[in-house]
Amino acid sequence: MMKEEKFIGAIKFGILSPDLIRKMSATAIVTSEVYDENGLPVEGGVMDPRLGVIEPGQRCATCGNTLARCPGHFGHLELARPVIHIGFVKHIYDLLRATCRKCGHLKIPKDEIDKYLNLYERLKDKWPQLARSLSEFVKRKAIKNMECPHCHAKQYKIRLEKPTTFIEEGPLGRLWPNKIFNWLDQIPSDHLRLLGYDPNFSHPKWMIIRVLPVPPICVRPSILLETGIRSEDDLTHKLVDIVRTNEKLRESIASGAPEVIVEDLWELLQYHITTYIDNEVPGVPPARRRSGMPLRTLAQRLKGKEGRFRGNLSGKRVDFSARTVISPDPYISINEVGVPIEIAKTVTVPVRVTPWNIDEIRKYVLNGPNKYPGANYVIDPTGRRIDLRFIRDLKAVAESLKPGYVVERHLIDGDIVLFNRQPSLHRMSIMGHIVRVLPGRTFRLHLAVCPPYNADFDGDEMNLHVPQNIEARAEAKTLLLVQEHILSPRYGGPIIGGIQDYISGAYLLSSKVTLLTQDQVSDLLASINYDGEIPEPAVLSPKRVWTGKQIISLLLPENFNFSKEAKISSGVLKCTDEECFWDSYLVVKKGKLLLGVLDKAAIGAQQPESMLHFLVREYGNAFGKEFMDRAFKLFLRFIEMRGFTMALTDIMIPEQAYEEIKEVVEEAKKEIEELIKMYREGKLESMPGRTLEETLEIKILDVLSKARDKAGERAVKYLDPFNNVFIMAKTGARGSALNITQMTAMLGQQSVRGQRISRGYRGRTLPHFKRGDIGPEARGFVASSFVKGLSPIEMFFHAAGGREGLVDTAVRTSQSGYMQRRLINSLIDLVVEYDGTVRSAYGELVQFRYGEDGVDPKNTSFGKAVNVERIIEKHVGWKK
Amino acid sequence: MSGKKKIRIMDHELVPKHEVVPKEEAIKILKELGVTPQQLPLLRASDPVAREIGAKPGDVVRIIRNSPTAGKIVIYRFVIAG
Ligand SMILES: [Mg+2]
Ligand SMILES: [Zn+2]
Ligand SMILES: [Zn+2]
Ligand SMILES: [Zn+2]
Repeated sequence: MMKEEKFIGAIKFGILSPDLIRKMSATAIVTSEVYDENGLPVEGGVMDPRLGVIEPGQRCATCGNTLARCPGHFGHLELARPVIHIGFVKHIYDLLRATCRKCGHLKIPKDEIDKYLNLYERLKDKWPQLARSLSEFVKRKAIKNMECPHCHAKQYKIRLEKPTTFIEEGPLGRLWPNKIFNWLDQIPSDHLRLLGYDPNFSHPKWMIIRVLPVPPICVRPSILLETGIRSEDDLTHKLVDIVRTNEKLRESIASGAPEVIVEDLWELLQYHITTYIDNEVPGVPPARRRSGMPLRTLAQRLKGKEGRFRGNLSGKRVDFSARTVISPDPYISINEVGVPIEIAKTVTVPVRVTPWNIDEIRKYVLNGPNKYPGANYVIDPTGRRIDLRFIRDLKAVAESLKPGYVVERHLIDGDIVLFNRQPSLHRMSIMGHIVRVLPGRTFRLHLAVCPPYNADFDGDEMNLHVPQNIEARAEAKTLLLVQEHILSPRYGGPIIGGIQDYISGAYLLSSKVTLLTQDQVSDLLASINYDGEIPEPAVLSPKRVWTGKQIISLLLPENFNFSKEAKISSGVLKCTDEECFWDSYLVVKKGKLLLGVLDKAAIGAQQPESMLHFLVREYGNAFGKEFMDRAFKLFLRFIEMRGFTMALTDIMIPEQAYEEIKEVVEEAKKEIEELIKMYREGKLESMPGRTLEETLEIKILDVLSKARDKAGERAVKYLDPFNNVFIMAKTGARGSALNITQMTAMLGQQSVRGQRISRGYRGRTLPHFKRGDIGPEARGFVASSFVKGLSPIEMFFHAAGGREGLVDTAVRTSQSGYMQRRLINSLIDLVVEYDGTVRSAYGELVQFRYGEDGVDPKNTSFGKAVNVERIIEKHVGWKK
Repeated sequence: MSGKKKIRIMDHELVPKHEVVPKEEAIKILKELGVTPQQLPLLRASDPVAREIGAKPGDVVRIIRNSPTAGKIVIYRFVIAG
């Protein structure tokens, strides 16, 4: 049979009318009894079986379906007296004040109503916002009128006593819901329309509840506790309260009880229905469970972070996912992720049994859910799930396997999974990784993929998702795999690459002074499972030794040409000569690393137009991955062989150096004194566009920053320029020249908002200084170094400056997070079509050509679609 | 000479070249792009440039402007009332 296809054209919201509620009801609720003495639900009670199936296997008394297919059915409760719907109190209040107490007409003259209605009808479709403000205006105008322009009845003030009591300060007095119903019922349809109501779908009289819909049982299921006691849902509790109060109310009306008692019960019914709808209404004591916990009623189910909208509809949780702490593993591939056995045994992959894999899968089933590698579930062709946890005889299940069965087996080496670290700001925040099941309880991650995830190992956690079908796995493998993301679309360059020790190691191995014996070469090459030829040693006598460059060259493609200034090419090592004595110009010809050292500019992450970039660009992602896996392992092995550490002595300077630094500081101070003197005497000339004070500050800052640099130079002079700290700073592995200056020489000026620190006390930063002192020390100049230690006052200034950094990061992350959300929400449906245009989901043209030039920045070098120089170098570089 | 001197906005260097596309050509262009006129970026008839070049609602306007990535780029806008 053909299934009929239906489309939703539009959705119209309105208020349920009593008729509609009765029409959609499966049964009327007539008794407050819930279960009889046998524990069976009572017909006509709030757990009436006609409201839907609750137990598996049963058939629904209303629709005849079983549990899985029965959608549940509403019932209804006829209220003995109407009550006010708490969600509409404001509407009711406005309508009562805007309409006549006698004739129900809008308290605006007839001609005006016609005029406004005409305008309203014209605005409604095109400018709904304007139509809304017109309604609001009309309403305000009508409320002001204290005499009906239609029947000339005098109007009285109406008071709303929160939450649901309306009182007319006139003859009517207390407006009980039945009176309000009659009032609202009188309002002419046209007048309602003008006020923005659609009388056919949301007539305000329906805001008074006369019939209460009773939701199906499946939205308020009871749970069977372990003790065998049935525990009902909060909504059911509340419904029972309502039905019981309603019963009592009906009885007392029927028995002709005094009006006071009836009104008391009426108020009670109002209270129960109010809290049933919203249990957090101001002024209403929330209904509580026996334990004192407030009930979670209708509004509470929807509201807030864990409500239906934010918690269930926008925030989805998924199966087949895992989360744990990450730790580094330089021995796995950049494409891999180390998965703890415990996780591998929990998240599974469904595999269809075929004649070709049946033997393998039998082994998994035989191992069961507890022994790795095993399986957790077997699904037979009828769709029945067999939970292997409860199977005694695994052998029988394994025997029964036939092609067509599906087995949910444990994660094994070679499976592809998605790996993610929040915040997921760019597409490289979720990448495909190949599983390596490893002992331990953490996810293991190659260090080169830290930059795209922005991950470190100070306790970061990451998520892992297992794709459950072939299409998803194929997509993950071809599109999401780590190697496909080495080059970032953000800028033309590799976002995955060497960091920290990889760079130090590469530098040390490629350095001129590195000569390796046969043993060392074997050790290095064994670490990467190299099985090719070993070249002739560079030095034959007195000992056969190889250079590090020779070893690195083994990993480069044979026709690779490249030359570029190294990162270390700065200061005294600055050089652009291909045959630089300092090795600060990198030259690769025909796949041989001839000159220069490898450093951040050559193999670092986020370095466009580097050696690594062109290797990946010209030899492909697979080669790039292979190169990184092998070269980086090699660099680490070498740095392990050589040893690499940082000691206090690396940044200690002799007493004599401190004298020199002191001189520098004294000089600067004198200079500043001079400046201040000139300023006080009015001799200082202001800079263009600056006040005199600003000029002074700028000049002082300038002198102090020069002093710090000078002190740094003086101190560094006494240090070995090839010690490990310098190696890290110069190669770009970690730290900077400024860090070294601050450790050895002085911290220099501390600042808040780019200015010297000036606030705290009246006219001074701390009580240790005289008011009006604007000398260096009084305004946050720190002359000590980290090695020497800071004085308490210096320490205070340093903390003041440091705090700004912390506040900045905190503010920036929240701001950029919100900006990101808005950007993504506006760009999310844009698509680059096959014709190169960028279009919205509605087919609107956004760009006539993607990026106006139709170029994917991922395949550019630093934004340039074609890099002519590189093409020439690539082909003829070796001739140069 | 009166005190009023009309400034021709089209002469300003930041205003890219605008021109009304002839009907037949416009139809061809829309067909090539595979869009309905409403799916083009819009240009109000009250836009100063649209007034200057006399573009009427229903016209397609060609704009040739400089692009940081492509040098020069041609785009089309559909003129609407307002
Ligand atoms: Mg961290
Ligand atoms: Zn049913
Ligand atoms: Zn009236
Ligand atoms: Zn040189």
